[in-house]
Amino acid sequence: MEPVEAQEGPSLLSDAERQRFEQLVVPHLDSAHNLARWLLRSESDAQDVAQEALLRALRFFPGFHGGDPRAWLLKIVRNASYTWLESHRRAELSEEFDEERHGEPAASPEAQAIARAERERLRDALEQLPTRFREVLVLRELEGCSYKEIADITAVPLGTVMSSLARARRRLQRILIGPAREETPHEL
Amino acid sequence: MSCEKAESLLHGYLDGELDAVRAVEFERHARGCPDCTRELDAQQSLRARLRDADLYAPAPPSLRRNIRERLEPRPDEGAASAPRPGRWRWLAAAAVVTLLATVPWLAFRETRQGTSEGTLAAAALDAHLRSLQLGHLTDVVSTDAHTVKPWFEGKLSYAPPVVDLAAEGFPLIGGRLDVLEGRTIAALVYARRKHVVSVFVWPAENAPETAPRSSVRQGYAWIHWSHAGMRYWVVSDVAPAELEQLARLLRR
Ligand SMILES: [Zn+2]
Repeated sequence: MEPVEAQEGPSLLSDAERQRFEQLVVPHLDSAHNLARWLLRSESDAQDVAQEALLRALRFFPGFHGGDPRAWLLKIVRNASYTWLESHRRAELSEEFDEERHGEPAASPEAQAIARAERERLRDALEQLPTRFREVLVLRELEGCSYKEIADITAVPLGTVMSSLARARRRLQRILIGPAREETPHEL
Repeated sequence: MSCEKAESLLHGYLDGELDAVRAVEFERHARGCPDCTRELDAQQSLRARLRDADLYAPAPPSLRRNIRERLEPRPDEGAASAPRPGRWRWLAAAAVVTLLATVPWLAFRETRQGTSEGTLAAAALDAHLRSLQLGHLTDVVSTDAHTVKPWFEGKLSYAPPVVDLAAEGFPLIGGRLDVLEGRTIAALVYARRKHVVSVFVWPAENAPETAPRSSVRQGYAWIHWSHAGMRYWVVSDVAPAELEQLARLLRR
């Protein structure tokens, strides 16, 4: 018998399970970090939360019986991220579904358009989106998830994924167009 | 179909999530409707901008190392708390040698094609890591398939198919000569976000066509198949699903 270590988590897994975890779950570490980074809007917090989520996943791994390991891991990352937001930046979550609240215009969109790289514009725009909208966009556009996977990861009915994406994309477009022309998007 | 209805289907159409009947209905409406066509164009260009902006945030090496350390079997005694040399992917050549020496390749023998698959998997991963470690990713650096393909002429007894897949998210970086199982072969190098993908290609020599088969080990994924007279081995540290996507693109 191997000695049982006092530490919880990884040590409770057998070598075979640990190996299986390595094969099924660890390859999705990039996805885990990516989702955490966009939910938290911070590199350093993302690293902490992704690590915490991976270790949680390792702890729960004996309960994982087949299915899509990426979706399974991303669900855990998402929970860890919301838990973190809940305790650190609660205000962000409560603004979520206020459709009328437009993204705060960053200073001088004209100067911005000239001075800033496209990447920064998009990053800023994405970060201005409410968390739930940012989440579906990141899962769809950066992670390449299907609607079914998004429904699974974010725990919403499959039928609402398409409308959430539609709203998220329209919001993002509005932010990118900028507040000056926001009133008349149909003329563009 | 009304514009409201079309608008509600537009995103499903854009994402390839509509069933065939509704997709055709949507297309039929959009063809005759400038408003919906404009909205579709706008959404497509938004998507292209998002995809091209390199927004993906892959795990930094320090996170990999931390996870890796938590997964390592603990040493039997003694240096339990001493920092262990991380055997993760970004580390020095010495660490890679350690990795290759300790990975139990025997595990691959369970696969249908017997030892040759395991041996090739080891050799292909070895070649991939060697190119990363030695900073020898490419002999010819070009994103243009028409530059890379002729470069191989005279250096190999066959002409590897070379395609750029930048539009599909796998830009070609270049090519190099590599050695697999004692023979000199073409290695095409693609990028996937910040990751490097090695595609080894050599003649199948009458071997039957095989469908893509993939596997993962130690944070690396590979996929291999035979198609149109060529054998392909693809190795990277991206998610297996992404290699499957690349395999589909290369088999088109
Ligand atoms: Zn219309």
